Amino acid sequence: MNNIPDNLLYHKSHEWARIEGKEAVIGISHYAQSQLGDVTYVDLPAVGTQLTAGKEFGSIESVKTASDLYSPVSGTVIAVNEALEGAPEFINKSPYDDGWMLRVKLADDSSAGLLKAAEYATYCAH
Amino acid sequence: MSVPLETPLSVWHRSKGAKMTPFAGWDMPVQYEGIVAEHLYTRSSASIFDICHMGEFLIRGHGARQQLEKAVSHRLDNLDPGKCRYGFLLNPQGGILDDLIVYCLEADSYMLVVNAACAAGDFAALKNRLSVPVGIEDVSAKTGKIDLQGPLSVDVLEKLLGADFHALGYFSFRAASFAGEKLLVSRTGYTGELGYELYLPWNKSLALWEELLADERVKPAGLGSRDTLRLEIGLPLYGHELDKDHTPAEAGMDKMLTNPADYVGKEGALRVRQRLIPLSIAGRRSPRAEDPVLLPDGRQIGLITSASFAPSLGHAVSLAWIDAVHATLDSFIVRAAKTELAAQKTDLPFYKGGTARKKLA
Repeated sequence: MNNIPDNLLYHKSHEWARIEGKEAVIGISHYAQSQLGDVTYVDLPAVGTQLTAGKEFGSIESVKTASDLYSPVSGTVIAVNEALEGAPEFINKSPYDDGWMLRVKLADDSSAGLLKAAEYATYCAH
Repeated sequence: MSVPLETPLSVWHRSKGAKMTPFAGWDMPVQYEGIVAEHLYTRSSASIFDICHMGEFLIRGHGARQQLEKAVSHRLDNLDPGKCRYGFLLNPQGGILDDLIVYCLEADSYMLVVNAACAAGDFAALKNRLSVPVGIEDVSAKTGKIDLQGPLSVDVLEKLLGADFHALGYFSFRAASFAGEKLLVSRTGYTGELGYELYLPWNKSLALWEELLADERVKPAGLGSRDTLRLEIGLPLYGHELDKDHTPAEAGMDKMLTNPADYVGKEGALRVRQRLIPLSIAGRRSPRAEDPVLLPDGRQIGLITSASFAPSLGHAVSLAWIDAVHATLDSFIVRAAKTELAAQKTDLPFYKGGTARKKLA
């Protein structure tokens, strides 16, 4: 049932990072979106914002709840998924593709400490 | 809190993967497919809700009308058998102990439908206000309740029961039968759509639920969409909009206080210190209950009671208690967790396309 792609790295607060050379795409996991329920709003930082791994970078709201978003990596925001502003439901329907949130230019070695898919699966099960 | 209570449908909900939550001591389904999908489906088709947790009392005996009309705010002298009415159980100061519907079953025989969280307190207060030969019986544990709501409800109901319900008007009810047992069909609800609240023996609830779902037009809906549906219509939820510290007049319900009897809390019911006002917010971002409401100069003058992104409107809506002297203003600021939101006072219902009062006959 739980959808945890092998090619991603995961933060314990349920964000994922797809490392592409010196850049990373980040979003929230299938598990996170299923816990939130229907996403109604997502507040993301602007291009140029500096992110620090483990620190808050935005927030996400669903019909029932609101949560902070924590960056899985350190770096600089180079693109934001503008489509989420009018269609935040992409985060529910496609958390790893259409529901991506940010593209980040990585600071050096910033993916240290993230969980691999199997580790994240174990983490979610507990 | 002890182990959550289960409705006759709790096992069914879990077996279908519903997301469950404790609510007023009960283990209840929040959603099956998703709150927004269930909300929109109710507005366009027909949904069923497990409402078995709500309380039902019977009040009967010679002189029941004269005693009950002094115990609750409902006007009863013109409430005929087959009709039901919304109103309040008040404390002596006029504060709201519960909002409830009174059904006139026959002369001197009433059914009261109360909120699950308030049921025990309501029963004690009512018992205290009634005396022999009038008796009160708590039939909650043997009464199931399923709400069928949505514009297609009448077609679903008629097919299910093989009878014509077009003549049943809003806030009217009549007896029918299902699986050899008595079923009470009430044209009421909490969604703003055409619909029915169905009362039947507790142990027939699952059979009715499954029979309703056998109609391909019907889907189950959880308490999550029930809440967004009622909020879009501006219907209050006890514990959010209504509580013992607020009066019916403050909640904007003074026009329905037409009971000529000298009922408990009658004088205090008109006291106004705050007013419940509807606030519309332009974006998708919603405040949450308990967020402060401010004047443009930053002074806090109230609190949000309920708020949500409104799926049928595409923006956020909320209800708020505002100090009465400021309730005539049109623009407010809501201090949400992450940001301040501009809020405009508006008129209820927020969503104006509801079919609840649609004339069928």
